[in-house]
Order: sequence, then C-alpha cells, then structure tokens
Amino acid sequence: MRRIRAAAIGAVTLSLALAASACGGGSSTDGGGSNDSPKTLTYWASNQGASITVDKKVLKPELDKFEKQTGIRVKLEVIPWSELLNRILTATTSGQGPDVLNIGNTWSASLQASGALLPWDTKNFDSIGGKDRFVDSALGSTGAQGEDPAAVPLYSMAYALYYNKKMFADAGISKPPATWDELVADGKKLSKDGKWGLGAEGANLSENIHQVFVFAKQHGADFFTADGKPDFTSKGAVTAIKQYVDLMAKDKIIAPGNAEYAQNQSLSDFAKGKTAMVLWQTASATLASLGMKDDEWGVAPAPVRSGTPGSGTSVNSMVAGINLAVFKNTDNHDGALKFVKFMTSDAEQKILNKAYGSIPPVKAAQSDSAFNTKATAALRDTLAKSAAALPQVADESQFETSVGTAVKELLADAAGGRPVTTESVKAKLEKAQQQMPAK
Amino acid sequence: MTTTTATAETDRRTVSGSTPGAARGPRRPGRIRRIGLPYLLLLPALVLELLVHLVPMVIGILMSFKALTRFSIRDWGAAPWSGWDNYKISVDINAPAGEALLHSFWVTCGFTVLSVGLCWLLGTAAAIFLQDTFRGRGLLRTLFLVPYALPVYTAVITWAFMFQHDNGLVNHVLHDQLGLTDKPSFWLIGDNSFIALLTVSVWKGWPFAFLVVMAGLQNIPKELYEAAALDGAGMWQQIRRITLPSLRPVNQVLVLVLFLWTFNDFNTPYVLFGKAAPEAADLISIHVYQTTFATWNFGTGSAMSVLLLLFLLVVTGLYLLLTSRRRKTADV
Repeated sequence: MRRIRAAAIGAVTLSLALAASACGGGSSTDGGGSNDSPKTLTYWASNQGASITVDKKVLKPELDKFEKQTGIRVKLEVIPWSELLNRILTATTSGQGPDVLNIGNTWSASLQASGALLPWDTKNFDSIGGKDRFVDSALGSTGAQGEDPAAVPLYSMAYALYYNKKMFADAGISKPPATWDELVADGKKLSKDGKWGLGAEGANLSENIHQVFVFAKQHGADFFTADGKPDFTSKGAVTAIKQYVDLMAKDKIIAPGNAEYAQNQSLSDFAKGKTAMVLWQTASATLASLGMKDDEWGVAPAPVRSGTPGSGTSVNSMVAGINLAVFKNTDNHDGALKFVKFMTSDAEQKILNKAYGSIPPVKAAQSDSAFNTKATAALRDTLAKSAAALPQVADESQFETSVGTAVKELLADAAGGRPVTTESVKAKLEKAQQQMPAK
Repeated sequence: MTTTTATAETDRRTVSGSTPGAARGPRRPGRIRRIGLPYLLLLPALVLELLVHLVPMVIGILMSFKALTRFSIRDWGAAPWSGWDNYKISVDINAPAGEALLHSFWVTCGFTVLSVGLCWLLGTAAAIFLQDTFRGRGLLRTLFLVPYALPVYTAVITWAFMFQHDNGLVNHVLHDQLGLTDKPSFWLIGDNSFIALLTVSVWKGWPFAFLVVMAGLQNIPKELYEAAALDGAGMWQQIRRITLPSLRPVNQVLVLVLFLWTFNDFNTPYVLFGKAAPEAADLISIHVYQTTFATWNFGTGSAMSVLLLLFLLVVTGLYLLLTSRRRKTADV
C-alpha cells in the first residue's frame, strides 16, 4: 500500500511539474537580450546547399573556428526552406527561439513587424564594423524604410538566364536573348520534339513572386502603394502577370507540366537537356550536383523589355539573398553580436559565399577573384546595376502567399488549356488582394 | 443481457452492504484513501489530457476573440480584444474570407462523405471476403494492412510522385499503356486534384475499416450462418440478414472515427499540394492553416478553428444521440 501511495504521489508530482513547465512558456516582451548564457549560441541556418548535409559540411568548420576564437560553442540546426518561416513564427510566439538565425531577405519587414528581432541600430552595426561595409542593394532588403534594419545581409544572389549551349547551337541560336521578345522567339525555335524553351516552378509560390516582380517592375508596377497598401490590380501588375503566364498559355515555350513543379524539377529538366533555359539564382553548384558540366551551360543577364523607356524597365532581377538576424530575447546578446561579426567578416564572407556560389554583400569581400567567374560575374553585375528589392512592407510574406497562389492558379489554367485573359488575371489578383489581412 | 447486469449490480450492493461497519468510525480515512487512490492514479492522465487538449483549446478560443496579426503575435496575450469580429469575418459569406471558408466547407463535406463511404465499403467487402479460410489468406490480410502501417508522409509523397503530369505512374498507365485518356491529365493542379486527394485518402483509410470490421466479424457466431445456410439463405442474404446487422455497433464507431479523421485530415492535402491547395481540393484544414500561418491572420484562423470544432461537436453529438436511440429501440 505504501509503495502504491508513493507511486501515486510521484506520478502526481511529475504531472504537476510537466504542467508547470508547459505553462511556463509564452512570449518575452523585454526590449533586448541578456547575457545569461555567455558560452553557447543556437544558430538556425537556412538550407543553402544541395542538401542539409552539404550545409553542415560547409558550416561546421567555420563554427569550430569561431569557438576557437571566442570560446563560444554554436549549436547548429539547418532548417529546410519549407519549414523555416513557420519555425520562426513558432519561436516568436513562444519566445523559445534560437539566438541567431537566417531569414529570407524578402521576409525582413514582415518579421520586423512582429518585434521579435533585434533592431540593428548604429551601435549594433558599429559592433560588426559599421553599415558602410555592406552593399547598398543588399541593405535595401533588411527591413522597412525609415526603421533600423531587422537583419544584416549574409549572402546575396540575383536571377540570371542559364542556357544550354548545345541546344542553342542545334537550334541555330548564336547568343542568349536579351529581351523578352527575343526569348520568346528563341523559345519557339527550341520547343519541339518533347523539348521546351524555358523552365518554371509554377506551384512554388515564392518563385512565382520572384518572377512576376521583375515583369511588374518593367511595367512600372510595385504591388504596393507608397504608403504600404496592397495594389495588386494596377494595369501594370495585370499586364506583367499575364505576360509571364502567357509564356506557357500563348507563347507555349514553357511545358504545361511545369505548372505543378515546386521542388526544383525545372532545374533538373534543364540539367537533363529537356529544357533549354531557366531563370534561376546561383544555379552553378546545383547544376554540378545534377551532373551538368560547367562548359555545357552559359549564363547571361535575365531579359528586359525592349524599346520601352521609363524607370524600372531595366530591372531584371529581385535582390535575392539571405540575412542574418538576432532574436531580441537571446540569452547571449554579446555572443550573438560577435557571431554576426564573425560571419560577416571579410574572410568568412569569401569562404561562405564561395561555397554557396553566392555574392558577398560585404564590399571588401567582393573583390576576390572567385566572384568574377563565369558563374558569378553576371549575378554580381545584376546586383550592382539592375536588381531591385521586393517591397519592404510588413505584409510582404502574405503578398508572397496570395499573389503567388494567384499565379499558380493561372498557370494551372494555362496548363489545363483554359483561357487566360486580362479579365481572368485581374479577377485572380482582386481575390488575392481581398485575402490580405485587415490592418 | 439486462438480467446479468442487474444481478452484478445487486451483487456489488450486497458486497458493500455486507460490511456497513467498515464505512464508519476510525477506519473511515483508510476507506477514503482506498476510494481516492484510483482517482489519484487517474490524475496524471487527466493533467496530460488538460495540457494536450484542453489548454490549447482554451487558448485557441481566447485567440479567436483577439485582433491577432503579425504586429501582436509576439506578445499575443496583450493583443487587443476584437469581440466577435473574427467570427463575423468567418461567417460573412458575402465577403471574401467567409465565401472562401464556405467553399472549402462544402469541398470538405463532399470529400468526407465520399471518402468515408468508400473506405467503409472497401473495408467491409475485403473483411467479408477474407472471412473464409483459404490458402494465402494470411498474406492477403497482411498486404491489405500495408497502407495503414506506412508512415503517412512517405505514403502521400509517393502518391504525389505517381500523380505527376510528366513522369508519374498514373498517367503512364492511364494514358501511355491503357490509352484511356486523350492526353496526360493533371492530378495535382486543377479540378482533377479532388480525385487525386480522394484516391489517396481512401487508399490510406480503408485498411483501418478493414481491420475494425474484421475484428467485428470474429464475434458473429458461426452457427448463425450454418443455420441460415440450412434454411437456404444465399451469400448475399447472409450478409444482409446476419453480417451487417451484427456489425452495426462496430460500424457506428467506425464511421464516426473515419468521419472525424477525414474531416480534419491535414497531412494528405498538405503533402500532396503544399500550403496552397487547388480550389477543387481546398479542404477546410488547409484553408484554416493558410489563413492562420500563410496570411498571418491568427485571430481569424482561430475563429475558423473554433467554428470547425463546434460543427464537429454538433455532428458527433447528433450522431451519437441517433445511434444510441436506435440501439435502445433495437434492445427493446
């Protein structure tokens, strides 16, 4: 009996302890982190390489180097893109997040609005060598204008046109297209015998946004008004999205099957010689992992509209990239700043960006010859001259979902042989705009 | 049956009544402890149940009355109250959010009725088929249970590959080999996505129905079939007059469980289509997820979840009421 009673008391105590610990979560509302745990850091890295294993291989030696220099051990977790935003949101709500984390640079303003990330004021920037060390275009994707940035640029990328040299030669095309008209004309020559001119990731919402953003810029549309309100149905936005979807619906240079692609299958088709062109960011490492030799593909700036004067018409890429952020309620504030300083140092920027085929957003690191190769020169040039940041507004991530879904549905219509008209595009965009959260 | 229960209760009363003195005097605390012990032992389960289900449910209800967006999610406890606004937005079928919710509600109803019906039909047919002893029965039983044993993610992602337009096995068989379609069909986008979702759901769900019905069949005395056979009843008559009525209690639970699982199914559409399901297959679970986590309308998403919970509670309550009344009528 005594034993039973002891077991019962033990079980009840355990339950109550569990209850207490589970209820102990909740959000922290303090204004900045502490230094309660100065010897460790938790780092959530986004999946940059061909796989999570590749990322660990790239990052582990650098993290060991940081531990040697500072005595701070970094616990690394590489998180796939599909899960990253939800993990960040969960961490924001519970207050139980990592100390330092990677964020997609287009999410900067959305996550900034949640108040979970440490603002990068002058003092914090000074502790990592100052704001001037970074390229302006990369700084443009670190948070809303007029506010302290929510993150620091880590890797920069841009879209470029990758083309299959042999398929071009076989079709009698001597140089990559520079305008959309040329791309359509070339695409039509290439789309035959089960092969296609251009690849797309029609079911990938973010990818859809990245593509139509460029078309919209070229038509003078921004998707948001100057005061940050959604403006999805402007004439420029409708024309831009129709132009993109028409590459499949009217021009028929994108295979209908691409409408359901979301796992980089179009890049795989390109590597297999089934598709002649893809608009991609930093594809070289992935193409190599897919078995395509470096001399089999060429890279050129993404096309622009021809013969149309006006601002924005020369934009041919978004400013793509990854930022490094610090959770406001970190238990190792000083260590987190040291880690950001380490990761954005000239030396580490060269090592990491070389490994991922991206461009360093740190000016001094860009001078390295590794970033002037065939694979990176076009990207670097685009970033310097003709890339624009996605709207830095709090609703950006919702915009990616709602307009990205509209484009996915329009591409599905095109693939299924249903007509895609200016009216149908406008109707989808109206629906997307209505889905945006009320402020 | 009723007589046995009454006897048992009488016996129990007699046993406790035979030691009336034990309930009084100095031994009382010991008895309380003895009676209290089972409750004490139940307490951990109760606390865990509270933590796992009730606490999140209460928090969800609380969230549904708040203006919870990206601006307030970090300190959601301090988010401003919005009263019934989130509920009004969710049920206003003339506005985009309510209209979309109603659409996904009807899609889910249609999907659930078809999926549960087909699961039950297939499961029952297979269980009856495997009731007779024959060579290879054990192997077939094992094979039939494979979909139930496989991890959901692995199974559904395999289906997603098979449903691909260009390289998928489904189009290869239907179009290339059998020539049943003019051109390869799209299964993961457009209207056919409903059929794809239903196929995976039934494939995944029917083995459970098979397992439950098979267990139920074990309880039907063989003598009934033998007597029926002697009376000249054929197989169909035996199924109609003996098997199905005997399985009624099992089926009542089975259909309820399948209904709840199917109506709430999140994994299948999410793995098959991602976070933006095609309109034809926009199940309510995905819709609520998208409202909450993709467009960051946490308050409205919570209100939609509460409405969904209420709907399921009402349907389950009505179902239990009807089935128990029917059982009572049958008992009388």
